[in-house]
Amino acid sequence: MIEINKVKKSFDGKSVLKDITLTIPDGQTIVIVGCSGCGKSVLLKCIMGLLTVDQGEIIVDDENVCAMKHKDIYRIRQKFGMLFQSAALFDSMTVEENIGLPLREHSDLDEDEIEARIRHILKLVQLPDVEKKYPAELSGGMKKRVGLARALIINPRYVLFDEPTTGLDPVMADNINELIIETHRKLNITSIVVTHDMESAFKIGDRIAMISRGRIVFHGSPGEFESSKNKVVHMFMKGRAKT
Amino acid sequence: MILRVFQRIGAAVISYFREIGILAILLYRIIASTGYVFRRPRLLLDQMIRIGVNSLPLISVVSIFTGAVTAWQAAYQFQIVIAGALSLDFLGAASSAAILIELSPVLAGIVVAGRVGASIAAELGTMKVTEQIDALESLAIDPVQYLAAPRFTAGYIMLPVLVIYSYLIAHFGAYVVASIMLGISTNTFFGSVQRYFLVYNVYSGMLKALVFGGGTALIGCSIGFQASGGAEGVGRATIRAFVFSSAFILIADYVLAVILF
Repeated sequence: MIEINKVKKSFDGKSVLKDITLTIPDGQTIVIVGCSGCGKSVLLKCIMGLLTVDQGEIIVDDENVCAMKHKDIYRIRQKFGMLFQSAALFDSMTVEENIGLPLREHSDLDEDEIEARIRHILKLVQLPDVEKKYPAELSGGMKKRVGLARALIINPRYVLFDEPTTGLDPVMADNINELIIETHRKLNITSIVVTHDMESAFKIGDRIAMISRGRIVFHGSPGEFESSKNKVVHMFMKGRAKT
Repeated sequence: MILRVFQRIGAAVISYFREIGILAILLYRIIASTGYVFRRPRLLLDQMIRIGVNSLPLISVVSIFTGAVTAWQAAYQFQIVIAGALSLDFLGAASSAAILIELSPVLAGIVVAGRVGASIAAELGTMKVTEQIDALESLAIDPVQYLAAPRFTAGYIMLPVLVIYSYLIAHFGAYVVASIMLGISTNTFFGSVQRYFLVYNVYSGMLKALVFGGGTALIGCSIGFQASGGAEGVGRATIRAFVFSSAFILIADYVLAVILF
């Protein structure tokens, strides 16, 4: 379980997260929505310890990430996988090297076992026969799938998705949504998805949380979100700038 | 007005000490990662090839002309400036000392600063602005261990190797000019080199190469890790890496010269 308690984060005096409190139970998919620049991706990076919070605490399996030493943060990160908005594949490495990197760094598996795991995970993300390609040779959707395969290869407990459908055509976006649902079901992971794509949020989320002006303004089921009387939620859902 | 001047000076001083602090912390973390680097020889070998082997053509061109111009200028000084006070028989010794102590270490260092320091900053800077560094962190891989330590160690190992190579090529360049243009015999040239050869000069050149190689890679890594602002930011980082590495080499060269000689 991940508990986020009264987290504050600012950059150069500009407050981005003002008071975030949120609990993410095991086995659920929680979707965090909000306008661009509201701090959704910042929150994801704080959860993984990629950014340090100014105040508050983030508890992952009873350990406070915010109070951890350098080497302990690396230990806790092995429980996580993250799919970045741009996929963030290492462009000097082939697909096979990208996906195999965490195994080669953190496990004692021999090369045959690593290659078998890579083939298996590429099958899971429905992307066979691309092992020897470089990221520059892949389409946007394929990059996201490889990014997801890399995130899943070490069997993480938690997977964080940063805008998984941004920049994709509607069909490919739906494919990625299906993939998130399928991997969640097959691997029984806890997923945190950051997006402003409401179609995606309703499709994949067990719960939806909305951030506005640095605070959680809504947290509930997709049904509750849809019927919410909260003005900010309503405007966001309908895509309106004014009431 | 005066307040603004003091504010600018203060900001510059703070920024200077901040940079020194960042470099010192990075150096400490790289040294602490030495064991990691030697447990992954492929990472180190890749960087040694990129920094060392791939610099050989450029080092060859720079060194041969450095040696040639050294011999030519030394001959001019012997014949015109100090008009006959020294015989051209000493040309080999004079050229050799300049090459061993100063020219090969500094010029090889500056070539590496331009080719390697800047490319390290560009590569790591691109990785930073495209979230590849964050991706490494998210995979629980320390970017200092995985990216900076192999580059630093390769720079540290390969610059002395490049300087030794530069010594040979520069001596050859000096010999070609002495022999073909100035009519000095092979025996006279190399006899003079041998007679006045000091091993200490080679040691001092190697020490300079160690400092320049490690320093250039360290500056490239530090500036690359701090890059921000997309393609423009990477461009700025590349230029900064070359400027700071070159300045570091010249300043360190002076400091080492005062200490060693």
